[in-house]
Amino acid sequence: MTPGTAIPGVEQGLKASQRAVESLRSLFGDAIREQVSFRGEETLYLDPARLVEICRHLKNDAALSYRYLVDITAIHWLDAPHEYEVAYLLCSLQNNSLLRLKVRAGGTTGVDAVPTVTGVWAAADWNEREEWDKVGVVFAGHPNLKRILMPEDWEGHPLRKDYPVEGIGA
Amino acid sequence: MPYKTETIEPGTELLTVNMGPSHPSTHGVLRLILTLDGERVVRAEPVMGYLHRGMEKISENKTYTQFIPYTDRLDYLAPLSNNVAFALAVEKLVGVTVPARCQFIRVLVCEMSRISAHLLWLGTHAVDLGAITVFMYTFREREVLYNFFEALTGTRLTTSYTRIGGLTRDLPAGFLDEVGRWLDRFAGELDEYETLLTKNKIWVERTQGVGVLKADDAIELGVSGPNLRASGYEWDLRKTRPYSGYEQFEFEIPIGSTGDVYDRYLVRIEEMRQSVKICRQAVKNMPGGPINVDDPKLVLPPKDQVLTKMEQLIHQFIIVTEGFHAPKGEIYHAIEAPKGELGFYIVSEGGPSPYRMKIRSPSFINLQALPSICVGALISDVVAIIASLDPVMGEVDR
Repeated sequence: MTPGTAIPGVEQGLKASQRAVESLRSLFGDAIREQVSFRGEETLYLDPARLVEICRHLKNDAALSYRYLVDITAIHWLDAPHEYEVAYLLCSLQNNSLLRLKVRAGGTTGVDAVPTVTGVWAAADWNEREEWDKVGVVFAGHPNLKRILMPEDWEGHPLRKDYPVEGIGA
Repeated sequence: MPYKTETIEPGTELLTVNMGPSHPSTHGVLRLILTLDGERVVRAEPVMGYLHRGMEKISENKTYTQFIPYTDRLDYLAPLSNNVAFALAVEKLVGVTVPARCQFIRVLVCEMSRISAHLLWLGTHAVDLGAITVFMYTFREREVLYNFFEALTGTRLTTSYTRIGGLTRDLPAGFLDEVGRWLDRFAGELDEYETLLTKNKIWVERTQGVGVLKADDAIELGVSGPNLRASGYEWDLRKTRPYSGYEQFEFEIPIGSTGDVYDRYLVRIEEMRQSVKICRQAVKNMPGGPINVDDPKLVLPPKDQVLTKMEQLIHQFIIVTEGFHAPKGEIYHAIEAPKGELGFYIVSEGGPSPYRMKIRSPSFINLQALPSICVGALISDVVAIIASLDPVMGEVDR
Protein backbone atom coordinates (compact mmCIF):
# COMPACT_ATOMS: atom_id res chain seq x y z
CA MET A 1 0.00 0.00 0.00
CA THR A 2 1.06 3.53 -0.50
CA PRO A 3 1.47 5.06 2.95
CA GLY A 4 -1.76 6.14 4.58
CA THR A 5 -4.12 3.75 2.78
CA ALA A 6 -5.72 1.01 4.82
CA ILE A 7 -4.84 -2.54 3.85
CA PRO A 8 -7.93 -4.72 3.30
CA GLY A 9 -8.16 -7.63 5.72
CA VAL A 10 -7.93 -11.31 4.86
CA GLU A 11 -11.73 -11.68 4.71
CA GLN A 12 -12.05 -8.76 2.32
CA GLY A 13 -9.25 -10.28 0.27
CA LEU A 14 -11.16 -13.55 -0.08
CA LYS A 15 -14.25 -11.63 -1.18
CA ALA A 16 -12.15 -9.75 -3.72
CA SER A 17 -11.00 -13.10 -5.18
CA GLN A 18 -14.66 -14.12 -5.56
CA ARG A 19 -15.41 -10.84 -7.29
CA ALA A 20 -12.51 -11.40 -9.67
CA VAL A 21 -13.84 -14.86 -10.53
CA GLU A 22 -17.32 -13.42 -11.18
CA SER A 23 -15.89 -10.67 -13.32
CA LEU A 24 -13.94 -13.21 -15.39
CA ARG A 25 -17.02 -15.41 -15.73
CA SER A 26 -19.05 -12.55 -17.17
CA LEU A 27 -16.34 -11.36 -19.54
CA PHE A 28 -14.51 -14.57 -20.51
CA GLY A 29 -17.08 -17.22 -19.55
CA ASP A 30 -16.32 -19.36 -22.61
CA ALA A 31 -12.60 -19.49 -21.77
CA ILE A 32 -13.11 -20.85 -18.24
CA ARG A 33 -13.15 -24.63 -18.20
CA GLU A 34 -13.25 -25.46 -14.52
CA GLN A 35 -13.18 -23.87 -11.13
CA VAL A 36 -11.74 -25.42 -7.98
CA SER A 37 -11.94 -24.03 -4.45
CA PHE A 38 -9.81 -25.53 -1.71
CA ARG A 39 -8.94 -24.02 1.69
CA GLY A 40 -10.14 -20.61 0.55
CA GLU A 41 -8.02 -20.56 -2.60
CA GLU A 42 -9.68 -20.11 -5.99
CA THR A 43 -8.25 -21.86 -9.03
CA LEU A 44 -9.54 -21.26 -12.54
CA TYR A 45 -8.66 -23.56 -15.43
CA LEU A 46 -8.43 -21.52 -18.62
CA ASP A 47 -8.23 -22.00 -22.34
CA PRO A 48 -4.48 -21.48 -23.07
CA ALA A 49 -5.27 -19.47 -26.22
CA ARG A 50 -7.04 -16.82 -24.09
CA LEU A 51 -4.51 -16.79 -21.24
CA VAL A 52 -2.60 -13.63 -22.14
CA GLU A 53 -5.78 -11.68 -22.83
CA ILE A 54 -7.25 -12.67 -19.47
CA CYS A 55 -4.01 -11.92 -17.61
CA ARG A 56 -3.85 -8.49 -19.20
CA HIS A 57 -7.42 -7.80 -18.10
CA LEU A 58 -6.72 -8.96 -14.55
CA LYS A 59 -3.68 -6.73 -14.33
CA ASN A 60 -5.03 -3.61 -16.00
CA ASP A 61 -8.59 -3.50 -14.68
CA ALA A 62 -8.50 -0.80 -12.00
CA ALA A 63 -10.88 -2.64 -9.66
CA LEU A 64 -9.07 -6.00 -9.90
CA SER A 65 -5.48 -4.77 -10.25
CA TYR A 66 -3.58 -8.08 -10.14
CA ARG A 67 -0.29 -6.27 -10.61
CA TYR A 68 1.88 -8.69 -8.68
CA LEU A 69 2.80 -12.05 -10.17
CA VAL A 70 3.74 -14.20 -7.20
CA ASP A 71 4.78 -17.39 -8.89
CA ILE A 72 4.57 -19.66 -11.92
CA THR A 73 4.71 -23.43 -11.42
CA ALA A 74 4.59 -26.18 -14.02
CA ILE A 75 3.38 -29.65 -13.10
CA HIS A 76 4.05 -32.74 -15.17
CA TRP A 77 1.39 -35.45 -15.25
CA LEU A 78 2.04 -39.01 -16.34
CA ASP A 79 -1.40 -40.58 -16.54
CA ALA A 80 -3.58 -37.71 -17.65
CA PRO A 81 -4.84 -36.58 -21.04
CA HIS A 82 -2.76 -33.42 -20.62
CA GLU A 83 0.98 -33.61 -20.17
CA TYR A 84 1.46 -30.36 -18.28
CA GLU A 85 -0.33 -27.93 -16.10
CA VAL A 86 1.02 -24.46 -15.58
CA ALA A 87 -0.22 -22.57 -12.51
CA TYR A 88 0.01 -18.78 -12.25
CA LEU A 89 -0.45 -17.27 -8.82
CA LEU A 90 -1.49 -13.63 -8.97
CA CYS A 91 -1.80 -11.15 -6.17
CA SER A 92 -3.74 -7.93 -6.06
CA LEU A 93 -1.86 -5.83 -3.52
CA GLN A 94 -4.59 -3.23 -3.50
CA ASN A 95 -7.34 -5.78 -2.62
CA ASN A 96 -5.06 -8.16 -0.70
CA SER A 97 -6.38 -11.03 -2.79
CA LEU A 98 -4.81 -14.07 -4.43
CA LEU A 99 -6.02 -15.87 -7.54
CA ARG A 100 -4.61 -18.94 -9.25
CA LEU A 101 -4.97 -19.47 -12.99
CA LYS A 102 -4.14 -22.77 -14.61
CA VAL A 103 -3.74 -23.94 -18.17
CA ARG A 104 -3.28 -27.44 -19.51
CA ALA A 105 -1.09 -28.37 -22.46
CA GLY A 106 0.63 -31.30 -24.16
CA GLY A 107 -0.67 -34.85 -24.41
CA THR A 108 -3.98 -35.06 -26.25
CA THR A 109 -5.00 -31.46 -25.56
CA GLY A 110 -3.76 -30.35 -28.96
CA VAL A 111 -1.87 -27.45 -27.34
CA ASP A 112 1.92 -27.80 -27.61
CA ALA A 113 3.13 -24.59 -26.07
CA VAL A 114 1.82 -22.25 -23.43
CA PRO A 115 1.91 -18.56 -24.41
CA THR A 116 4.36 -16.46 -22.42
CA VAL A 117 3.06 -13.85 -19.99
CA THR A 118 6.34 -11.93 -19.94
CA GLY A 119 4.54 -9.22 -21.91
CA VAL A 120 2.11 -8.78 -19.01
CA TRP A 121 4.41 -9.07 -15.98
CA ALA A 122 8.19 -8.63 -16.24
CA ALA A 123 8.44 -10.97 -13.23
CA ALA A 124 7.37 -13.89 -15.45
CA ASP A 125 10.74 -13.90 -17.20
CA TRP A 126 12.81 -15.94 -14.73
CA ASN A 127 9.80 -17.93 -13.52
CA GLU A 128 9.09 -19.22 -17.02
CA ARG A 129 12.76 -19.95 -17.66
CA GLU A 130 12.88 -21.95 -14.44
CA GLU A 131 9.77 -23.97 -15.23
CA TRP A 132 11.00 -24.71 -18.73
CA ASP A 133 14.33 -25.77 -17.29
CA LYS A 134 12.77 -28.10 -14.73
CA VAL A 135 9.66 -29.45 -16.44
CA GLY A 136 10.17 -28.76 -20.13
CA VAL A 137 7.07 -26.66 -20.81
CA VAL A 138 7.73 -24.45 -23.82
CA PHE A 139 6.59 -20.87 -23.27
CA ALA A 140 5.90 -19.58 -26.76
CA GLY A 141 7.22 -16.08 -27.35
CA HIS A 142 9.51 -15.92 -24.31
CA PRO A 143 12.38 -13.54 -25.17
CA ASN A 144 15.18 -15.59 -23.62
CA LEU A 145 14.06 -19.17 -22.91
CA LYS A 146 17.25 -20.81 -21.69
CA ARG A 147 18.30 -22.85 -18.67
CA ILE A 148 18.57 -20.98 -15.39
CA LEU A 149 19.27 -23.47 -12.58
CA MET A 150 20.62 -26.52 -14.42
CA PRO A 151 23.91 -26.38 -16.36
CA GLU A 152 23.58 -25.14 -19.95
CA ASP A 153 24.46 -28.53 -21.46
CA TRP A 154 22.11 -30.55 -19.25
CA GLU A 155 19.90 -33.07 -20.99
CA GLY A 156 16.32 -33.60 -19.95
CA HIS A 157 14.06 -31.84 -17.48
CA PRO A 158 14.48 -33.24 -13.97
CA LEU A 159 11.07 -32.44 -12.50
CA ARG A 160 9.26 -34.56 -15.07
CA LYS A 161 7.76 -37.63 -13.50
CA ASP A 162 9.44 -39.92 -16.04
CA TYR A 163 12.88 -38.58 -15.14
CA PRO A 164 14.91 -41.27 -13.34
CA VAL A 165 15.54 -40.47 -9.68
CA GLU A 166 18.30 -43.03 -9.18
CA GLY A 167 20.67 -42.10 -11.99
CA ILE A 168 20.27 -42.35 -15.72
CA GLY A 169 19.52 -45.92 -16.79
CA ALA A 170 18.80 -47.16 -13.26
CA MET B 1 12.05 -2.68 -18.56
CA PRO B 2 14.04 -5.77 -17.43
CA TYR B 3 16.13 -5.57 -20.58
CA LYS B 4 16.82 -1.86 -20.28
CA THR B 5 20.18 -1.01 -21.82
CA GLU B 6 22.05 2.27 -22.02
CA THR B 7 22.33 3.85 -25.44
CA ILE B 8 25.83 3.20 -26.67
CA GLU B 9 27.54 5.54 -29.07
CA PRO B 10 28.84 3.91 -32.24
CA GLY B 11 32.52 3.08 -32.02
CA THR B 12 32.44 2.57 -28.23
CA GLU B 13 34.63 -0.30 -27.18
CA LEU B 14 32.81 -2.44 -24.62
CA LEU B 15 34.49 -4.71 -22.12
CA THR B 16 32.96 -7.88 -20.73
CA VAL B 17 33.97 -8.71 -17.18
CA ASN B 18 33.16 -11.85 -15.27
CA MET B 19 32.31 -11.36 -11.61
CA GLY B 20 32.00 -14.47 -9.47
CA PRO B 21 30.84 -17.18 -8.88
CA SER B 22 33.55 -17.17 -6.24
CA HIS B 23 33.84 -13.53 -5.31
CA PRO B 24 33.73 -12.12 -1.77
CA SER B 25 31.11 -9.50 -2.56
CA THR B 26 28.63 -11.69 -4.43
CA HIS B 27 27.64 -13.28 -1.11
CA GLY B 28 27.78 -16.87 -2.22
CA VAL B 29 28.06 -18.41 -5.63
CA LEU B 30 26.41 -15.77 -7.75
CA ARG B 31 28.05 -15.02 -11.06
CA LEU B 32 27.52 -11.80 -12.98
CA ILE B 33 28.53 -11.18 -16.56
CA LEU B 34 29.03 -7.44 -16.73
CA THR B 35 29.38 -5.52 -19.97
CA LEU B 36 31.16 -2.24 -19.32
CA ASP B 37 31.61 1.04 -21.12
CA GLY B 38 34.58 2.40 -19.19
CA GLU B 39 33.45 2.14 -15.59
CA ARG B 40 29.73 2.21 -16.40
CA VAL B 41 27.70 -0.97 -16.52
CA VAL B 42 25.85 -1.33 -19.82
CA ARG B 43 24.47 -4.78 -19.23
CA ALA B 44 24.45 -7.20 -16.31
CA GLU B 45 23.47 -10.83 -16.57
CA PRO B 46 23.22 -12.95 -13.44
CA VAL B 47 24.13 -16.62 -13.83
CA MET B 48 23.09 -18.97 -11.05
CA GLY B 49 22.46 -22.60 -10.29
CA TYR B 50 25.85 -23.34 -8.76
CA LEU B 51 24.13 -24.37 -5.54
CA HIS B 52 21.20 -26.17 -7.15
CA ARG B 53 20.41 -29.34 -5.20
CA GLY B 54 17.05 -30.20 -6.74
CA MET B 55 15.11 -29.74 -3.50
CA GLU B 56 11.73 -29.68 -5.21
CA LYS B 57 12.44 -33.04 -6.82
CA ILE B 58 13.72 -34.44 -3.53
CA SER B 59 10.50 -33.37 -1.81
CA GLU B 60 8.45 -35.59 -4.12
CA ASN B 61 10.18 -38.66 -2.71
CA LYS B 62 10.21 -37.70 0.98
CA THR B 63 7.43 -37.52 3.52
CA TYR B 64 6.45 -34.03 4.64
CA THR B 65 8.30 -34.48 7.92
CA GLN B 66 11.41 -35.77 6.18
CA PHE B 67 11.57 -32.60 4.10
CA ILE B 68 11.92 -30.27 7.11
CA PRO B 69 15.76 -30.61 7.30
CA TYR B 70 15.97 -29.56 3.65
CA THR B 71 14.25 -26.28 4.46
CA ASP B 72 17.17 -25.43 6.78
CA ARG B 73 19.31 -25.28 3.68
CA LEU B 74 17.17 -22.81 1.75
CA ASP B 75 17.94 -19.43 3.29
CA TYR B 76 20.66 -20.78 5.55
CA LEU B 77 20.86 -17.45 7.38
CA ALA B 78 17.36 -17.89 8.78
CA PRO B 79 16.67 -21.64 8.97
CA LEU B 80 14.08 -21.28 11.73
CA SER B 81 12.04 -18.99 9.56
CA ASN B 82 12.07 -21.55 6.71
CA ASN B 83 11.07 -24.33 9.12
CA VAL B 84 8.06 -22.29 10.19
CA ALA B 85 7.12 -21.42 6.60
CA PHE B 86 7.09 -25.06 5.55
CA ALA B 87 5.23 -26.27 8.63
CA LEU B 88 2.53 -23.62 8.16
CA ALA B 89 2.08 -24.58 4.50
CA VAL B 90 1.65 -28.28 5.27
CA GLU B 91 -0.62 -27.45 8.21
CA LYS B 92 -2.81 -25.44 5.85
CA LEU B 93 -2.96 -28.43 3.49
CA VAL B 94 -3.81 -30.82 6.32
CA GLY B 95 -6.18 -28.29 7.89
CA VAL B 96 -4.87 -27.96 11.44
CA THR B 97 -4.00 -24.95 13.61
CA VAL B 98 -1.29 -25.27 16.23
CA PRO B 99 -1.83 -24.25 19.90
CA ALA B 100 -1.22 -20.67 21.03
CA ARG B 101 2.08 -21.45 22.77
CA CYS B 102 3.45 -23.00 19.60
CA GLN B 103 2.37 -19.97 17.58
CA PHE B 104 4.12 -17.60 19.98
CA ILE B 105 7.32 -19.64 20.01
CA ARG B 106 7.25 -19.67 16.22
CA VAL B 107 6.85 -15.90 16.11
CA LEU B 108 9.70 -15.50 18.59
CA VAL B 109 12.10 -17.69 16.62
CA CYS B 110 11.07 -16.10 13.31
CA GLU B 111 11.88 -12.65 14.63
CA MET B 112 15.13 -13.80 16.22
CA SER B 113 16.20 -15.28 12.91
CA ARG B 114 15.18 -12.08 11.15
CA ILE B 115 17.53 -10.17 13.45
CA SER B 116 20.24 -12.77 12.87
CA ALA B 117 19.82 -12.60 9.07
CA HIS B 118 19.78 -8.80 9.04
CA LEU B 119 22.90 -8.71 11.23
CA LEU B 120 24.77 -10.81 8.73
CA TRP B 121 23.52 -8.59 5.92
CA LEU B 122 24.59 -5.44 7.78
CA GLY B 123 28.04 -6.77 8.62
CA THR B 124 28.86 -8.01 5.13
CA HIS B 125 27.27 -5.00 3.42
CA ALA B 126 29.49 -2.71 5.49
CA VAL B 127 32.60 -4.80 4.78
CA ASP B 128 31.84 -4.63 1.06
CA LEU B 129 31.97 -0.85 1.29
CA GLY B 130 35.08 -0.83 3.48
CA ALA B 131 33.58 -0.36 6.95
CA ILE B 132 35.10 -3.39 8.63
CA THR B 133 34.35 -2.40 12.23
CA VAL B 134 30.60 -2.90 11.84
CA PHE B 135 31.19 -6.51 10.84
CA MET B 136 32.90 -7.23 14.18
CA TYR B 137 30.02 -5.69 16.13
CA THR B 138 27.25 -7.50 14.27
CA PHE B 139 28.95 -10.86 14.35
CA ARG B 140 29.35 -10.62 18.11
CA GLU B 141 25.57 -10.29 18.52
CA ARG B 142 24.95 -12.95 15.91
CA GLU B 143 27.03 -15.31 17.99
CA VAL B 144 24.74 -14.69 20.96
CA LEU B 145 21.71 -15.49 18.80
CA TYR B 146 23.34 -18.67 17.56
CA ASN B 147 23.90 -19.71 21.17
CA PHE B 148 20.19 -19.20 21.77
CA PHE B 149 19.37 -21.32 18.73
CA GLU B 150 21.72 -24.00 19.99
CA ALA B 151 20.08 -24.03 23.41
CA LEU B 152 16.68 -24.27 21.74
CA THR B 153 17.25 -26.77 18.95
CA GLY B 154 20.56 -28.47 19.70
CA THR B 155 22.26 -27.04 16.63
CA ARG B 156 23.33 -23.61 15.49
CA LEU B 157 22.50 -23.76 11.80
CA THR B 158 20.52 -26.82 10.74
CA THR B 159 17.77 -26.28 13.26
CA SER B 160 14.85 -28.36 11.85
CA TYR B 161 12.89 -27.03 14.80
CA THR B 162 9.30 -27.30 13.61
CA ARG B 163 7.22 -30.40 13.10
CA ILE B 164 3.98 -30.59 11.18
CA GLY B 165 1.49 -29.68 13.88
CA GLY B 166 3.99 -28.43 16.43
CA LEU B 167 7.62 -28.22 17.44
CA THR B 168 10.38 -30.67 18.26
CA ARG B 169 10.68 -29.47 21.85
CA ASP B 170 9.49 -26.81 24.25
CA LEU B 171 11.61 -23.86 25.36
CA PRO B 172 14.47 -24.80 27.70
CA ALA B 173 14.33 -23.55 31.31
CA GLY B 174 15.24 -19.89 31.70
CA PHE B 175 15.28 -19.32 27.93
CA LEU B 176 12.77 -16.47 27.92
CA ASP B 177 14.55 -14.58 30.71
CA GLU B 178 17.87 -14.87 28.90
CA VAL B 179 16.32 -13.67 25.64
CA GLY B 180 14.61 -10.81 27.47
CA ARG B 181 17.93 -9.63 28.94
CA TRP B 182 19.63 -9.86 25.58
CA LEU B 183 16.85 -7.86 23.89
CA ASP B 184 17.33 -5.02 26.38
CA ARG B 185 21.02 -4.90 25.60
CA PHE B 186 20.62 -5.36 21.84
CA ALA B 187 18.35 -2.32 21.46
CA GLY B 188 21.33 -0.22 22.55
CA GLU B 189 23.67 -2.07 20.22
CA LEU B 190 21.47 -1.13 17.27
CA ASP B 191 21.84 2.56 18.10
CA GLU B 192 25.57 2.00 18.19
CA TYR B 193 25.63 0.49 14.68
CA GLU B 194 23.75 3.50 13.47
CA THR B 195 26.30 5.90 14.95
CA LEU B 196 28.89 4.12 12.79
CA LEU B 197 26.99 4.33 9.51
CA THR B 198 23.78 6.34 9.25
CA LYS B 199 25.44 9.78 9.20
CA ASN B 200 28.86 8.58 8.11
CA LYS B 201 29.80 10.75 5.12
CA ILE B 202 31.50 7.93 3.22
CA TRP B 203 28.60 5.53 3.81
CA VAL B 204 26.00 8.10 2.76
CA GLU B 205 27.88 9.03 -0.40
CA ARG B 206 28.39 5.42 -1.39
CA THR B 207 24.74 4.50 -0.88
CA GLN B 208 22.44 7.48 -1.44
CA GLY B 209 21.03 7.68 -4.96
CA VAL B 210 22.74 4.41 -5.87
CA GLY B 211 20.80 1.43 -7.21
CA VAL B 212 17.39 3.07 -7.23
CA LEU B 213 14.41 0.73 -7.53
CA LYS B 214 11.06 2.49 -7.90
CA ALA B 215 7.96 0.97 -6.31
CA ASP B 216 6.16 0.35 -9.63
CA ASP B 217 9.19 -1.42 -11.08
CA ALA B 218 9.62 -3.45 -7.90
CA ILE B 219 6.02 -4.68 -8.09
CA GLU B 220 6.32 -5.39 -11.82
CA LEU B 221 9.41 -7.51 -11.15
CA GLY B 222 7.84 -9.35 -8.22
CA VAL B 223 10.28 -7.93 -5.65
CA SER B 224 9.20 -8.51 -2.05
CA GLY B 225 10.37 -7.97 1.50
CA PRO B 226 12.56 -5.08 2.65
CA ASN B 227 13.56 -4.39 -0.96
CA LEU B 228 9.95 -3.64 -1.90
CA ARG B 229 9.29 -1.67 1.26
CA ALA B 230 12.40 0.47 0.75
CA SER B 231 10.80 1.62 -2.51
CA GLY B 232 8.00 3.16 -0.45
CA TYR B 233 5.33 0.48 -0.83
CA GLU B 234 3.89 -0.79 2.42
CA TRP B 235 3.43 -4.54 2.03
CA ASP B 236 4.26 -7.02 4.74
CA LEU B 237 2.60 -10.41 4.95
CA ARG B 238 2.75 -10.28 8.73
CA LYS B 239 0.17 -7.48 8.47
CA THR B 240 -1.66 -8.23 5.24
CA ARG B 241 -2.13 -11.99 5.67
CA PRO B 242 -1.25 -12.57 9.34
CA TYR B 243 -0.14 -16.10 10.18
CA SER B 244 0.93 -17.81 13.39
CA GLY B 245 -0.83 -15.19 15.52
CA TYR B 246 0.98 -12.10 14.21
CA GLU B 247 -2.32 -10.19 14.44
CA GLN B 248 -1.86 -10.22 18.23
CA PHE B 249 1.43 -8.33 18.07
CA GLU B 250 1.95 -4.61 17.85
CA PHE B 251 4.60 -3.43 15.45
CA GLU B 252 5.11 -1.04 12.58
CA ILE B 253 6.16 -1.56 8.98
CA PRO B 254 9.11 0.68 8.13
CA ILE B 255 9.15 1.92 4.54
CA GLY B 256 11.59 3.95 2.50
CA SER B 257 10.95 6.67 -0.05
CA THR B 258 13.50 6.65 -2.86
CA GLY B 259 14.33 2.94 -3.05
CA ASP B 260 18.10 3.40 -3.16
CA VAL B 261 20.76 1.39 -1.34
CA TYR B 262 20.60 3.79 1.61
CA ASP B 263 16.84 3.32 1.99
CA ARG B 264 17.21 -0.45 1.94
CA TYR B 265 19.78 -0.02 4.71
CA LEU B 266 17.50 2.18 6.81
CA VAL B 267 14.50 -0.13 6.35
CA ARG B 268 16.39 -3.21 7.52
CA ILE B 269 17.83 -1.39 10.53
CA GLU B 270 14.35 -0.29 11.56
CA GLU B 271 13.01 -3.80 10.91
CA MET B 272 15.44 -5.10 13.51
CA ARG B 273 14.03 -2.59 16.01
CA GLN B 274 10.50 -3.76 15.22
CA SER B 275 11.63 -7.37 15.59
CA VAL B 276 12.99 -6.54 19.03
CA LYS B 277 9.58 -5.09 19.86
CA ILE B 278 7.80 -8.26 18.67
CA CYS B 279 10.25 -10.52 20.56
CA ARG B 280 9.65 -8.53 23.75
CA GLN B 281 5.89 -9.02 23.41
CA ALA B 282 6.38 -12.73 22.73
CA VAL B 283 8.60 -13.09 25.79
CA LYS B 284 6.19 -11.14 27.99
CA ASN B 285 2.94 -12.76 26.82
CA MET B 286 4.14 -16.30 26.17
CA PRO B 287 1.11 -18.51 26.85
CA GLY B 288 1.35 -21.86 28.59
CA GLY B 289 -0.15 -25.12 27.43
CA PRO B 290 0.83 -27.73 24.88
CA ILE B 291 3.09 -27.04 21.91
CA ASN B 292 1.69 -29.76 19.67
CA VAL B 293 -1.65 -30.37 18.03
CA ASP B 294 -3.60 -33.09 19.79
CA ASP B 295 -3.78 -35.44 16.82
CA PRO B 296 -2.01 -38.78 17.25
CA LYS B 297 -2.14 -39.44 13.50
CA LEU B 298 -0.15 -36.28 12.79
CA VAL B 299 2.21 -35.66 15.71
CA LEU B 300 4.56 -38.20 17.29
CA PRO B 301 3.33 -39.31 20.74
CA PRO B 302 5.52 -38.69 23.83
CA LYS B 303 8.32 -41.23 24.02
CA ASP B 304 7.40 -42.63 27.46
CA GLN B 305 3.93 -43.49 26.18
CA VAL B 306 5.34 -45.15 23.08
CA LEU B 307 7.28 -47.51 25.32
CA THR B 308 4.30 -48.41 27.50
CA LYS B 309 1.11 -48.10 25.41
CA MET B 310 0.11 -50.17 22.39
CA GLU B 311 -1.85 -47.48 20.50
CA GLN B 312 0.89 -44.89 20.83
CA LEU B 313 3.40 -47.41 19.58
CA ILE B 314 1.26 -48.03 16.49
CA HIS B 315 0.90 -44.29 15.81
CA GLN B 316 4.64 -43.78 16.20
CA PHE B 317 5.32 -46.70 13.85
CA ILE B 318 2.96 -45.45 11.14
CA ILE B 319 4.17 -41.81 11.30
CA VAL B 320 7.83 -42.82 11.18
CA THR B 321 7.67 -45.55 8.55
CA GLU B 322 4.91 -44.26 6.29
CA GLY B 323 4.16 -40.66 7.25
CA PHE B 324 0.74 -39.07 7.73
CA HIS B 325 -1.58 -38.82 4.75
CA ALA B 326 -2.46 -35.35 3.48
CA PRO B 327 -5.72 -34.72 1.62
CA LYS B 328 -5.84 -34.23 -2.14
CA GLY B 329 -5.73 -30.59 -3.14
CA GLU B 330 -3.37 -27.72 -3.67
CA ILE B 331 -2.44 -24.83 -1.44
CA TYR B 332 -0.05 -21.90 -1.33
CA HIS B 333 1.11 -20.42 1.92
CA ALA B 334 3.68 -17.68 2.33
CA ILE B 335 5.36 -15.97 5.23
CA GLU B 336 7.30 -12.75 5.49
CA ALA B 337 10.79 -14.25 5.72
CA PRO B 338 13.79 -11.94 6.31
CA LYS B 339 14.34 -11.71 2.55
CA GLY B 340 10.70 -11.36 1.53
CA GLU B 341 7.78 -13.56 0.56
CA LEU B 342 8.78 -17.18 1.13
CA GLY B 343 5.97 -19.40 -0.11
CA PHE B 344 5.37 -23.09 -0.55
CA TYR B 345 2.97 -24.23 -3.26
CA ILE B 346 2.05 -27.84 -2.60
CA VAL B 347 0.14 -29.99 -5.07
CA SER B 348 -1.05 -33.07 -3.21
CA GLU B 349 -2.58 -36.15 -4.74
CA GLY B 350 -3.11 -37.52 -1.24
CA GLY B 351 -0.51 -39.67 0.48
CA PRO B 352 2.50 -38.83 2.62
CA SER B 353 4.52 -36.78 0.08
CA PRO B 354 3.70 -33.89 -2.24
CA TYR B 355 3.04 -34.68 -5.90
CA ARG B 356 4.77 -31.43 -6.79
CA MET B 357 6.11 -28.72 -4.56
CA LYS B 358 7.28 -25.30 -5.64
CA ILE B 359 9.36 -23.16 -3.33
CA ARG B 360 8.68 -19.52 -4.07
CA SER B 361 11.92 -18.10 -2.79
CA PRO B 362 12.18 -14.36 -2.27
CA SER B 363 15.89 -14.13 -3.12
CA PHE B 364 15.42 -15.68 -6.57
CA ILE B 365 12.72 -13.24 -7.56
CA ASN B 366 14.44 -10.25 -5.93
CA LEU B 367 17.58 -11.01 -7.89
CA GLN B 368 15.59 -10.58 -11.07
CA ALA B 369 15.66 -6.85 -10.36
CA LEU B 370 19.46 -6.77 -10.31
CA PRO B 371 20.12 -6.37 -14.07
CA SER B 372 17.86 -3.35 -14.43
CA ILE B 373 19.18 -1.67 -11.27
CA CYS B 374 22.80 -2.18 -12.28
CA VAL B 375 22.50 -0.66 -15.75
CA GLY B 376 24.07 2.79 -15.70
CA ALA B 377 25.76 2.25 -12.34
CA LEU B 378 29.50 2.34 -11.75
CA ILE B 379 31.15 -1.04 -11.44
CA SER B 380 32.18 -0.24 -7.86
CA ASP B 381 28.52 0.39 -7.01
CA VAL B 382 27.50 -3.06 -8.24
CA VAL B 383 29.03 -4.40 -5.04
CA ALA B 384 26.82 -2.10 -2.96
CA ILE B 385 23.73 -2.96 -5.00
CA ILE B 386 24.15 -6.73 -4.64
CA ALA B 387 24.67 -6.42 -0.90
CA SER B 388 21.63 -4.17 -0.53
CA LEU B 389 19.36 -6.65 -2.36
CA ASP B 390 20.58 -9.26 0.13
CA PRO B 391 20.24 -12.46 -1.90
CA VAL B 392 21.09 -15.84 -0.36
CA MET B 393 22.18 -18.32 -2.96
CA GLY B 394 20.94 -21.35 -1.04
CA GLU B 395 17.46 -20.03 -1.58
CA VAL B 396 18.02 -18.77 -5.12
CA ASP B 397 19.31 -22.09 -6.42
CA ARG B 398 17.35 -24.42 -4.11
